[in-house]
Amino acid sequence: MIAPTPITLTVNGETVAAQVEPRIHLTDFLRENLGLTGTHIGCEHGVCGACTVRLDGEIVRGCLVLAVQADGKSVETIEGLSDSGALDELQAAFRDRNALQCGYCTPAMLLTAHELLARNPTPDRATIREHLSGNYCRCTGYQAIIDAVEIAARARAGAKS
Amino acid sequence: MTMQAIGKPHSRVDGRAKVTGGARYAAEFNQPDQLYAVVVGSTVGLGRILRIDAGAVAQMPGVRAVISHLNAPRLAYQPHKGGTDPANGERLHVLQDDQVRFYGQPVAVIVADSLDHAERAAAALAVSYAGETPVVDPLDAKVQPVAPQAGRAGADRSRGDADAAFAAAPVTVEASFDMARENHTPMEPHATIAAWSGDRLTLWSKSQFVVNEQAEIAAIFGMPAANVQVICPFVGGGFGTSLRTWPHVTLAAIAARQVGRPVKLVLTRRQMFHTTGHRPRTLQRVALGATTDGRLTSLIHEGSGETSRYEQFVEALTSTSGFMYSCPNVRTRYRLLPMDTGTPTFMRGPGEASGMYAVESAIDELSYKLGIDPVELRRRNEPAIDEAEKLPFSSRSLMQCYALGAERFGWASRDPRPRAMRDGRLLIGWGVASASYPCFFSPASARVRLLADGSAEVEAASSDMGPGTYTSMTQVAAETLSLPLDKVRFSLGRSDFPATPSHGGSQTMSSVGSAVRAACLAVQAELAKRAVADRRSQLFGASIDSVEWREGRLSRKGDAAAGPSYSELVTGAGGSPVEAGASAARDAAIAKQYSMHAFGAVFVEVSVDPDLGLVRLRRAVGAYGAGRIVNPKLATSQCIGGMVGGLGMALMERTALDPRDGRPVNAHMGDYLVPVNLDVPHLEAHFVEEQDPHVNPLGVKGLGEVALVGMAPAIANAVFHATGKRVRELPIRIENLLDV
Ligand code: FES
Ligand code: FES
Repeated sequence: MIAPTPITLTVNGETVAAQVEPRIHLTDFLRENLGLTGTHIGCEHGVCGACTVRLDGEIVRGCLVLAVQADGKSVETIEGLSDSGALDELQAAFRDRNALQCGYCTPAMLLTAHELLARNPTPDRATIREHLSGNYCRCTGYQAIIDAVEIAARARAGAKS
Repeated sequence: MTMQAIGKPHSRVDGRAKVTGGARYAAEFNQPDQLYAVVVGSTVGLGRILRIDAGAVAQMPGVRAVISHLNAPRLAYQPHKGGTDPANGERLHVLQDDQVRFYGQPVAVIVADSLDHAERAAAALAVSYAGETPVVDPLDAKVQPVAPQAGRAGADRSRGDADAAFAAAPVTVEASFDMARENHTPMEPHATIAAWSGDRLTLWSKSQFVVNEQAEIAAIFGMPAANVQVICPFVGGGFGTSLRTWPHVTLAAIAARQVGRPVKLVLTRRQMFHTTGHRPRTLQRVALGATTDGRLTSLIHEGSGETSRYEQFVEALTSTSGFMYSCPNVRTRYRLLPMDTGTPTFMRGPGEASGMYAVESAIDELSYKLGIDPVELRRRNEPAIDEAEKLPFSSRSLMQCYALGAERFGWASRDPRPRAMRDGRLLIGWGVASASYPCFFSPASARVRLLADGSAEVEAASSDMGPGTYTSMTQVAAETLSLPLDKVRFSLGRSDFPATPSHGGSQTMSSVGSAVRAACLAVQAELAKRAVADRRSQLFGASIDSVEWREGRLSRKGDAAAGPSYSELVTGAGGSPVEAGASAARDAAIAKQYSMHAFGAVFVEVSVDPDLGLVRLRRAVGAYGAGRIVNPKLATSQCIGGMVGGLGMALMERTALDPRDGRPVNAHMGDYLVPVNLDVPHLEAHFVEEQDPHVNPLGVKGLGEVALVGMAPAIANAVFHATGKRVRELPIRIENLLDV
């Protein structure tokens, strides 16, 4: 099966209709067809987490989801989540703690951290490490990432109280 | 009040772009009408291509071109060797003949109208070979070691009579070490988008050295360098793999020319293990002789590293052995092992990281034989000068690093006996090792434009693979011009910007930083010259020697009143930007007077599970003497990242080759293990106060490499302390420790 297939989905709140090749995965679709290049590709097989996006509110590895599987669903990427302000505290903390160097892993790291804080607003460091262990970073040595997520959690807690 | 931008923990200036997904890496510059290229790599490790069945594939949907040696243009391949290309040998000429030199060598490239179509066609392309069994194991008896013809490290050096002294020494250690091949494995794959416009070529390409990529591609295609533009504003991690221009860049340019449209070529993760360099596997032997009170009398360090059959990749494997310790009798020897593999390249801490693993392990072994604390043993053999070059060090703070590191780590409470420290059923080990890396300073240029609004634009070709070139150069310019950081915009990653050396060898801060400083001073001089000559200026007629820059204002010397600002001067002169460029290079005389290196001491704690043989790093402290620290926040981050690279080297990273065909069997991120978040404990990086007026005008020594060096031997030494078993190969794996 190689003929392009029509799909309709919501990407960062906007409806997108496209013809996609059945073999194209979601991250390539976002990057190549829609120009949403904030979602990256690292390993291409579900290991590194660089391709993380939200699909109907849950984070998924975009390299393990075919674009056709996103038909009828809602996709959120770093671009949309940045614009909405959902990541504000995390982004500020990542910058403040230098939790990024080359930045290639960063958008996905932010999405994964965001998911953690949604489930567990006050995770301890061990929990953060565990949760982020599927997101590789070759540059930072991770420590500042843990610091940043802790700080963002506190900032969110402060903002709510 | 001075601005003091240097030395402050500023947050990175590219942070916003990177946390919002706005930073664009090479593959993210899609061009109108772009097609997609996919490389087909050889499935034999040595031999000849017999047949390529292009016809069937050319008929597949969307396929625009199938390019192989059968129909590729004959390229000029004019001589060109940049600073990161091997000095001896000749680079791979891609698609120019039917020879296969190593597994994965590109044998064809498919161009199609979508990535999917290109991938399908690449998978379908039938290539048949006359294959032979390649030699890929350095221990293979067929490997013939050769002395390198030239390079950074002199092959063999000797002072005194090390062999006689070793034979006569009352206490000796002799050991051999085997370190695995590593692949850099940055998160971003290599990628190039090539677009021709007439005879001009633009490459958006992952590169740590855009001016060399420009020169290399120009030489390969036999065209003027001015007709090639390389653009790379962000590098998604490099660690050395983007220092050279690998064949895929040429393939993208060939493909784009063939189809007359822009072409995007992204290597797959698997291909990242074939043709983009690697840290060579090394075999080493160290022999140490000492007096019973722990004075070294002999140091012998022999090492060899793999290289390809067509180029001599040389690294500084044995160079630190000449100056780390005071020792009258030293002999070093370095050989290359040509095999049927792609050419290795520099990987973070090249040479030093591998060589010091062996020597620092042997020194540790000696400390146990002597019953002397390993820190104390190093203190007893600390040299006053570089005894190899017979030169004073420009600065050397190794003992201060040991003092600081030992204090932060709590080294004094260590029980020196192996297997003496425990945490429940876990064996605990504490280990230590030295680190060193040279302070390079290569010729670099930069230019600065002062605008009418009082802000400055600064440009240098350079690169930022993550450490923070954007930020640190902004700080240097802000400090030199006395401007706030947000009045400086630093741009990099274009080959038409002023030339800079490779973004490797820990020399960006020293080289590009010095050039940025020089360019800022040059633009100030230019503006001052214009001001005193401009009738509209309040300083008209003043002699150039009677004015000076104070806090970004051109003022009369001895006059407390502040003169005009940049904005006033530029506006007053008509408003056109005022521009100046400048270069910086090391003073040749100083280079002959001093031995210049950064130093560090690394302390680690590991646990070893005696039942499972599993090693975990539990904490680590690195203390570094690296000159002036431009940005402590970024520097600390860079060091911790480097230490984690060393953790990978010690316990995880290893590219394994299939002896039958040379195929890297773990060529993907699932099986090429790198440290993940759960592998990394609490780490600390500290800097000792160090002022070095000799290394470069900024007094910086560079950090990227020295931060990785030392970590692997410290961990190996800690594993011995924990278990009493000396593992002399890296990475240390469970199977090495099943008997502890
Ligand atoms: S690219 Fe999807 S997990 Fe690595
Ligand atoms: S910052 Fe480079 S991979 Fe994480």
